[in-house]
Amino acid sequence: MTSLILRRLGFAAFTIAFVSMVMFAAVEALPGNVCTSFLQRFAQGPRLERCIEQQGLDRSAIVRYGDWVSGAVQGDFGYSLKKRKPINELIWDRFSNTMILGGIAALLAIPFAVFLGIAAGVRRDKPLDLSLSGAAMLAMTIPEFVTATALIYVFAILLQWFPAVTILPPGASFMQMLPNIVLPVVVLSAVLIAHIMRMVRASVIDAMSSDYVQMARLKGVPEHQIIRRHAVPNAMIPALNVIALTIAWLLAGVVVVEKVFNFPGLGTLMIEAIYDRDLPLVQTIALIFSVIYVGVNLIADLAALALDPRQRRKGH
Amino acid sequence: MLNLLQTTVSKPSGAIGLGLTVLHVLIALLAPVIAPYDPTMQNADAILLAPNAEHWMGTDSLGRDVFSRVVHGGRLAISVTFAAAVIATLWGGFAGIFFGAVGGRVDEYSMRIVDAFLSMPWLLFLLLIISIGGAGPATIIPTLGFFYGVAILRVVRGAAMQVATRDYVTAARARGENIWPIISREMFPNLSDILLVEGAMRWSWMLLAFSSLSFLGFGATPPTPDWGLMVAQQRSLISTAPWAVFWPCFALSTLIIGINLLADAIGKALGLDRATAIAV
Repeated sequence: MTSLILRRLGFAAFTIAFVSMVMFAAVEALPGNVCTSFLQRFAQGPRLERCIEQQGLDRSAIVRYGDWVSGAVQGDFGYSLKKRKPINELIWDRFSNTMILGGIAALLAIPFAVFLGIAAGVRRDKPLDLSLSGAAMLAMTIPEFVTATALIYVFAILLQWFPAVTILPPGASFMQMLPNIVLPVVVLSAVLIAHIMRMVRASVIDAMSSDYVQMARLKGVPEHQIIRRHAVPNAMIPALNVIALTIAWLLAGVVVVEKVFNFPGLGTLMIEAIYDRDLPLVQTIALIFSVIYVGVNLIADLAALALDPRQRRKGH
Repeated sequence: MLNLLQTTVSKPSGAIGLGLTVLHVLIALLAPVIAPYDPTMQNADAILLAPNAEHWMGTDSLGRDVFSRVVHGGRLAISVTFAAAVIATLWGGFAGIFFGAVGGRVDEYSMRIVDAFLSMPWLLFLLLIISIGGAGPATIIPTLGFFYGVAILRVVRGAAMQVATRDYVTAARARGENIWPIISREMFPNLSDILLVEGAMRWSWMLLAFSSLSFLGFGATPPTPDWGLMVAQQRSLISTAPWAVFWPCFALSTLIIGINLLADAIGKALGLDRATAIAV
């Protein structure tokens, strides 16, 4: 058991190291460097020299990578080119806003999706299942910016229930934030619910046709008890990994949704940084998102390990 | 092939999917013939006109004909994502079959790297690459092709591992054939179904990704008529001219839904269960 946990931790550490290396290498591979790409046609003379000195580009790539990693571990992400500030001063407000948005969406979506998935799965191919699956297909295929635009048109412009764009003073309280995040949360949750529901449905159907459910039926166990005691607990384990992968989608979806609602989160900051060609800031935000992603997957893996005795045996 | 087509369209969802996909591709191909106006032509006397007899879908904030722009709006997205889907299916499919066929250490270590790639939020990575290489098809096609190829690789490799244990593969091994003929003559023909369905499914997700990039300002560049970009540009005027936003949204959504339904129906017609496959 301990060795399995250690192996999962090891893989998470490997993934983060790998991702950070790929990101660093991608920037290294570009023609020119961080400073020339930022300054464009002004990349000459004292401005270029100052930038190179500030970013420490005169050192070798390996030294800079080591510096970047050890800095990041200590919460020092270097210096933003465009905003002329240390990056860690820029990101924490944005980080907590994004976490609130994503966290609420996930907390609302997961239980709801699990419930709908079970309801659809035990009524396979009945009207309820068909309509839920159809709705899930629509929620998954229609782009987030389309859903968001439609919601803005109906609820912010026609009905005027919620603001169309987020207006937040820095350090706003949660209650001030609430009306601003209703629509973004709805958009994010809709896609989350669709993905998780489909997976829960599939694994409930799988469990309902298994031998142990057949056995329980032959014993004369009432159907609702079969569902509650036998099918659902077993169906939850494969669903766990998908929930984790979907949370990962959430991190990407949040970039688009934040942009639509002009929400002051990490996603909008990343887009601004790309417009400004502020590579150190882009790298930092991409790294933070990746670490969250790997962390969520690790938690799901460990939870599955705790819930499923079969996975604790060797061979997994 | 004809048989497959018949089974696919025998269910309403398959027929709708095929219909929408073919319709959209035809419109994109024939756009210059269909469109009544030049999609980039601005007209200061016809700004934000509501739909009427001359402009069926109204005009936008620069007086451009929305119908002509919507008709042209899929050309870039469809061609970029189709190219990327072909690349993804080819490399992901080939590598997937290869690792499934060789197995052993090579397979095990490669899958670790594949898993690491799959556990990267790739849209963010794409944004990082765009901020380095600049927006546009030259950056987007290879990047989409690469990342979606990794996902295809994972699925195909799983299927290839099962095919590798079949008798006809064992027989070919016993005949002393080496790995390439086994892959191309024995395994590939038995995995082409999965490749077709995976490729089509990923194509629809790529369209979603590309239009999101366009919306964010990293896909098509103005004045190119592109659905995602059109929504981004006309969004601020949605209360006065909803038609300039609605029609590109409608066109984009129907295309993605169409391809998705079609891929799903082909999968079912071939007897593949994609219900548990994850849309990454």
